[in-house]
Parts: sequence; C-alpha cells; structure tokens
Amino acid sequence: MSTIMSNTTSVTTTSMRFAPINLGRWLVWSLFAILLVVAPLIFNKGASLSILCQMGTVMIFGLSYNMLLGQGGMLSFGHAVYSGLGAYFAIHAMNLASGGSLPIPVSLIPLVGGIFGMLFGVLFGYVTTKKSGTTFSMITLGIVELVFACSLMFPDFFGGEGGISTNRVMGEKVFGISYGPQIQVYYLIAFWLFISTVGMFAFTQTPLGRIINAVRDNPERVEFIGYNTQWVRYLTLILSAFFAGISGGLSAINFEIVTAENVSAVRSGAILLFTFIGGVGFFFGPLIGAVVGVFLTVLLSDFTKAWQLYLGVFFIVIVMYAPGGIASILMMNLRLMVYKRFGMVAPRLLLMVAATLLACVGGVMIIEMLYHLTLESANGTVMRLFGTEVDAAGVTGWLIALALVAVGALMFWRGRPAFRQAWDQANLEIEELIRKEHA
Amino acid sequence: MSAYSVELKDVRKSFGKSEIIRGATLQVPKGERYAIIGPNGAGKSTLFNLISGRFGVSAGDILLNGRSIVGMKPFEINRCGLSRSFQITNIFHRLTVYENLRCAVLWSLGYKYSFWHRLNGLRDAHERAEAVLEQIGLRRRRNTAAGLLTYAEQRALEIGITIAGGADVILLDEPTAGMSRSESDHAVELIRRVTEGKTLLMVEHDMSVVFGLADKIAVVVYGEVIACDTPANIRGNARVQEAYLGGHAPAEEHA
Amino acid sequence: MEFTLITLLNGLAYGLLLFMLSSGLTLIFSMMGVLNFAHASFYMLGAYFAYTISATIGFWPALVIAPLLVGVVGAVVERYGLRTVHKYGHIPELLFTFGLSYVIVELVQLIWGRAAVRYPIPAEMDGPLFTLYTTTFPMYRGFMMFIALLMLVAIYLLLTRTRIGLVIQAALTHPDAVEALGHNVPRVFMLVFGGGCALAGLAGVIGGNAFVTEPGMAATVGSIIFVVVVVGGMGSLVGALVASLLIGLLQTFAVALDYSLVTLFSGLGLSIGPGTPGFSVLNLTIAQTAPILPYLLLVLILIFRPKGLMGTREG
Repeated sequence: MSTIMSNTTSVTTTSMRFAPINLGRWLVWSLFAILLVVAPLIFNKGASLSILCQMGTVMIFGLSYNMLLGQGGMLSFGHAVYSGLGAYFAIHAMNLASGGSLPIPVSLIPLVGGIFGMLFGVLFGYVTTKKSGTTFSMITLGIVELVFACSLMFPDFFGGEGGISTNRVMGEKVFGISYGPQIQVYYLIAFWLFISTVGMFAFTQTPLGRIINAVRDNPERVEFIGYNTQWVRYLTLILSAFFAGISGGLSAINFEIVTAENVSAVRSGAILLFTFIGGVGFFFGPLIGAVVGVFLTVLLSDFTKAWQLYLGVFFIVIVMYAPGGIASILMMNLRLMVYKRFGMVAPRLLLMVAATLLACVGGVMIIEMLYHLTLESANGTVMRLFGTEVDAAGVTGWLIALALVAVGALMFWRGRPAFRQAWDQANLEIEELIRKEHA
Repeated sequence: MSAYSVELKDVRKSFGKSEIIRGATLQVPKGERYAIIGPNGAGKSTLFNLISGRFGVSAGDILLNGRSIVGMKPFEINRCGLSRSFQITNIFHRLTVYENLRCAVLWSLGYKYSFWHRLNGLRDAHERAEAVLEQIGLRRRRNTAAGLLTYAEQRALEIGITIAGGADVILLDEPTAGMSRSESDHAVELIRRVTEGKTLLMVEHDMSVVFGLADKIAVVVYGEVIACDTPANIRGNARVQEAYLGGHAPAEEHA
Repeated sequence: MEFTLITLLNGLAYGLLLFMLSSGLTLIFSMMGVLNFAHASFYMLGAYFAYTISATIGFWPALVIAPLLVGVVGAVVERYGLRTVHKYGHIPELLFTFGLSYVIVELVQLIWGRAAVRYPIPAEMDGPLFTLYTTTFPMYRGFMMFIALLMLVAIYLLLTRTRIGLVIQAALTHPDAVEALGHNVPRVFMLVFGGGCALAGLAGVIGGNAFVTEPGMAATVGSIIFVVVVVGGMGSLVGALVASLLIGLLQTFAVALDYSLVTLFSGLGLSIGPGTPGFSVLNLTIAQTAPILPYLLLVLILIFRPKGLMGTREG
C-alpha cells in the first residue's frame, strides 16, 4: 500500500489514517466488557468476589498512576494522597447521606471521590509539577508523608487510629440494589472500571495525551514547539488525580472503612510496584499489574508468611531483567506469534520456563522452611509444603529443595545460549520483514 | 512593523566571570537567509540560546519582528513565531516520525492543552504532518520510532519538527553536523525548500553549505559580530581572514 | 535555661546521628546519581550485625566489623545488582533500591525474627556523662556525638587529602573524563556505594542500641534522611550536616514544647473552650505537629530553593 502512495504528491489521497470503524478496537473493548461481566461467574468461590472487587479498584488506581509514570515520565511516590483523600471525602459523604443531610446515591459516591481527588490534584499538583525529575519525586514523597502525618493531627476528619467507617447499605433501594451483597458492589466497581478505562484510554488519544508523551521523551524540546511543559504536566496530574479519587471512592464503598493507611507512602509504593510489574510502556500494563499485585499481596499472604519477600524479589527481577514489565514480555511473544516465528522459539522457551519453575519451587521450599524454623519454631518443625508434610529441620526436605534449585539453575544456564540464539534469530527475521514492508 | 525579523542590540552574556558574548549587534531583514560563522568557542551557539530564550541575556536587547523578547520563556518566544533546531539531535525518540511531526503542529493549529479532541480526527493536524513528512523525505519511515532512525534521518526529522509549526523565523544550529558530502547536499536542498519565504538564521561550519545557501554571512569572533556582508565580500574581508587564518588563532577548544 | 540547654544537646545528638546516616546517602547520590532507597535498610543491617557480633565477641569489635560487613554487602549489591540496572537509566536504579529495601527488611525478619532484639549499650558507657542542673546527659550519647564528628573529619580528609578522594570528587561531575584518564570508574562506584553503606552501617551500630533494634527501624528513619539530603542540598556534605543539625534541633525542640494556639490565646486573656469552632486545630500542641515539620520544611525548600541550602545542583 505504501509503495503506491509514496509517490503521490496530493495529500488527500495519501494514507488517511483516520481510524475508520476500527474493528480490532471494538472487539477488544467488547471483550473487556464481557470479561468484566462474566468474571464473577467464573471465579465464584467464596472469597474470589472480594478479590475481584479489590483488583477492580486497584486497576483504576494503577491506570491513573501510569498516566504520570508511563505516559509522562513522572515518578511519583505519593499518588495515594489523591486516592486516599478522595476515599476520605467519599466516606464522609456516605455518612452524611445516610444521616439524611446529603442525598447522594451510593452509585455516585465514586464521583465524589473523583472530584475531591481532582481538587487536591489542583492544590498539590501546582507545587509538585513546578519541578521535574528527581526533585518532583522528592516533593511527592514529602507531600504524602505530610498528609499521612496530618492524619493523626486531625482526628475529626481522619478518624485517628481507627479511621472512619460507614455502612454502604443506606437510602432508598433503586431497582432493588442496596449494595448489601458483594456481587452488587462488584458490578458497581466493574461499571466504574469500564468507564474509567475508556476515559483514560481516550485521554491517550487527545492532543494533551500525546504532548505529555513528548514531555516524557524530551521536555526541553516541547518548550520549543510552543508548549509550557509545566502546564502540560500539571493538567495531566489533575486528570490523573481525578481517576485516583474514583478508585478511592470505590475502595471506601468496598471496605466500608478508610484509615490513614489509604494516604500513606506505603500504599503509594505499592501502586508503584504493581504498575511497574505490570508494565509502564503499555496502556494495559497496569491492568496486569493490578491482578498480579493483588494476587501477591492478598491471596499469597493466606498461603505463606514470606509473601512480602516474594513480592520484593519478583519486583527486583522485573526491574533487572524485564524493565518493560509483564506487558512487554507478553507483547514480545505476541509479536513472534503474529509474524509466525513463535515456533522457532517455543521449544527453547519452554525449557527455560521449566528450568525457572524448578529452581523457583526449590527456592520457595528453602524460604518457607527457613521462615518456619525461625518464626514458628514454637509449633514444631513439621510444616505443610505444597500439600505434603515436610520436616523443616530434617535433611530430606533440604536435599530435595537444594537439588531442585541446582537442577533448575543448571538447565537454565545450559539452555540459555541456544534460547538466546533462537530468540535473536526470530527477531532478526521479523525486522527484515518489517523493513521489506516499508521499503 | 519592523523590517527586521531578528535584531540584536549590543547583547552581552556572562557566565559567572566569563563574558561569552561581548556586545553582539545584528540585523536580519525579513525573508533573508543569514549564516553565522566563526571560530570554535566564539559564542555562536550561545547566541542562538539567547535568541531562543534558553538562556537570559546579561545586557542588551533582542527583538523579534520589532518586539523585545528578552526575558521571555522559550515557549512564549516560539508562540511569537520563532522556531529552532538543535546541534545535538533533540527528537521524541519513543514516538513515531509521524507523531513527532504531529506534536509539532498542534499548538500552532490552536489545539493547545485540549484533552477533548480526538487526535486521529484532526484533519488539519494530519494533513500538515503528512505534508512536512513528504517535504523532509521520511515518508517510508512514517511509523518507525524516531529513536531508531539513522543519524541523517534524525537530522532531517529535527528540521521537520522545527518548521512544522509554521514559524516564519527559523534558527538552525549546525544542521549538517556529522553528515557526509552527499547527505549535506541533500540537507541543503531540504533547507532551501522548507525555508522558502521565511527568515533563516543558521550556524554552520561547512563553508560550501554557507556559500550555497546564505544571502549574507555574519562572522562572530570572541562574542562580537565583527562583520556582516555578502559571501563574496566576506571572503575578501581582512578582519575575517585574520580571525580564521592568521594572527590570533583561538587558543581554547570549543565546548 | 536548663530545658534549653538539655534540649539543645539532645537535638545536636539526634542531628549528628541523622548526619551519620545521610552522609552516605549524599555521597552515593552525588557520585552516582542514585537515590539509594535502601539506605535506611543498611542502617538496620548495621544494628543487627552489631547485635549478633557484640553478643558473641563484644561491642568494640562490633564497632569495627559490623560497618565493614555492611560495606561488603553494599559493594556486592552494587556489583551484581545496581550495575545491571545502570544502563536502563535513573528510574530503574531508584526502583531497584526501592525493591531492595523491601527484601532486606524481610531477610532481617527471616534471620532475626519480628520482635525487637536486646542490643544493649556496653556496660562501660552506660551511665551519665555529666549532670546539668537536675538532668543527666548520658555518656553514650556523648560517645555517639564523638563518633559522628570523627566520621565527619575522616570523610573530609579522605575526600580532600587522598588520591582516591580526588578521583571520587572528579568522578562526581565528570565520570567519563575520569574513566578516559584510566581510572576504573565502575570500581570507584562500587567503592563509594559500599563506603556509603558502611557509613549507614556504622550509624546503625551506634544508634541501634541507643534506640530500639527492630525490623521497623528502617522505616522510621527512612523518610527523614531523604528530607535531610534534599534540604541540605543534593551533592553537598556540609549541607547534609547543616540540614541534619537543623532538623535534629527542630524536632527535638518541637517535641518538647507543649504549647498550642489555645495556650497563646489563653495567655492573651481570650477564653477558648471545646465549644469554639476549630478548637481541635487550635488545641494542637507544637509537640503534636512535630512529625510534619521535616516534611513541611522539605516541601518549602523544594518550592523556594530547590538546590537545597547548599546544593550545587538540582535533582
């Protein structure tokens, strides 16, 4: 197509990439909506619903965070300020509503969170976006610590140590919805998740959305194409704070309690971790990050005491070897599949994955046994590991674990050159194909 | 309305104790192409940085179309109709070539900080970006990430971003730096095309480029404009010859 | 008078401890551009190493061995971890140290448990140094101040009088030029990172027994040292000293002052009671606002003087 077009001088006949009825795009969004509707039917075990609800709110939070980090290159350590303050105002609004003084239906409470998140974005954003780079990051850290420290100083608003509680079942039942059952809360979250995702994606397709990308790539150059870089960052932060506030409002509804932890540096750090693990370079990265993150923090903590260690190590591994996150790994493999080169890589890839799994299982065994020995020695040395009883002080368990690690590491080390070769070869061929397409 | 696009009136600039620009005076009439040449370390790039607002002047005045732009921020100066390129390529490396150009046109088309317009539906931005893409000859690299282009292609994109916004005063800082002979010739053709009817100020070291493009040449030595004349006259100017060839060869290396 | 003097001394002691902690951070940041988020974790490691060593051998050997051990850990982390991430840029470097801080806390809990450990002040120094009016000033606190000052002098001499110090100073601003001159800059980076961590470890040895040694101790000081480094000026050791003392004094004085706006108004003759609007805010004592003061200072400095008090460069 391009070869024919490139010789034409008339602009109107050249490739009008006006995004015509883009079938691909409608398909993806429909799938997303269907997935949201159907998820609770697939994962219908008891606690799954509350996990899904959590994932939903964290997804919105992560997407809003990525507006700053992935799209704008702004590393914030204090994003929880916007979601947390939004949550506080939302929960107070709910309490006022159930007291009768503020007639807002629960369904619109997330909007309250969003508006107040946005207001604080206007307030704090002005201060933070005056600077860029590391200075920006430090100011955000200062502000979140400031707000967190304030939470103990103003117990009327922040509720002191115990936080503020509410009851989401209040007011008239509209269409029979009281938000008592968790499933109704899920669909509320799913609804807000869908429109927030649409909103934030739409942002990436606007002038401001593109210019903030330019600011990320080369802030100085942006000044020389007519834009005030500070204003671009400021406006983006305000919008990001709006969506963060929505996620805060949903969190208030979901948990029916908001505490100082909602505005803490810890929570800000968590969303940074999740978003980065998911992948900051792709729009859908934070969605993956939210799923993995909630899984690691909420689910895993039920199975092992070492979950924080696993989270930390996993994060470090991603930073060191896959800084593009899980999304980038997926997309790289997807690219191979699209260009029909996945077959070249598949067997070696499988080997590497198997090796990693073996080593990981061994590593997990060692860590779990260590944890058991040091933290639960009062309960004796026998523990449950992967469904079987293992004596943490005995030799067998350790031998097996060490063997697994050794075998896995050996397989990995041996298989790496061949895998590398296949991978590089496949990608080389793809580059060739792309070049021919464009020539 | 001034007849001059750019005017420098006894401009001085000091960095700490070192005075880099020591009273530079220059008048560039509308629509003409001026080249700024001079030995290394003379202050050519600094002059550009002063005109485009990257640094502030220590003394003196700079006028753009008759209006003083001293103290204005770069984006304000850009909005007054001045655009510049950089010596070290300064592009948006993660955006595609097309996106780079489209970003460059958005402000001048009035879209400003809009987050309610659908980018892909903006016909004028699209057409303008495609037009510049065609002019700089990068059509077949339209959808490549700018960071993956060859050096010469990036320099061409650099020029493209500079002119895309439709500014009528263009500053090009060593546009052919690092190019081979054929690449330079290509670039000169491009520059000639895209600056048709505009005012051009260009810092250059390559004399064939200078003599091929410029209407007038301004020679900067030790932070002063010691001569400003047609290429032929500059060739024969005794002071210029002394500055370049004999007498006081500049002792310092350029920055 | 007594109150002022004692609080002054306490504030200075706390400030000097903060300096011990943040000097390493400043060095690492100036040199490598890396904001070491795990710095407070190395402080914690120093305390725990000292606890174990002093329980087996004694406090005085621990004073020497523990910081060295922490320095080695730091050097290893730099060589095998940070160096891999260096090519991706500053944000991944920062994130790496961020993740590291999580992991170190967990490993400490794994090895030493979740409860605080009894890491005691050595008997020879457990007592009063002198008595001012009615308050005693502990000998150990005096020892802490002494070590901190010793460290300051040592760093100063190292950087300005030794060859390695000159190389470090040069590599601070022009690492490529220094490498072109034949110096092994990556090795220098490793030494500086290890050295900075060792300083944090030393602070841990000294501070761990004066305060409590527990897994949460890293989080307690973590944010404050960033405030110190930023307020003092990223890149300036003297700035870090000034900022540490400033914040140390500020916090110590604030915590001891039990006055609030209500006290002020009452003193002026106005009667303020629980019924007055805004009472909860007016009733806030300075002591209660103490936690936010450092962060308020940070935000103000970053707005009005982002270079910090004595910084040579911004961010």
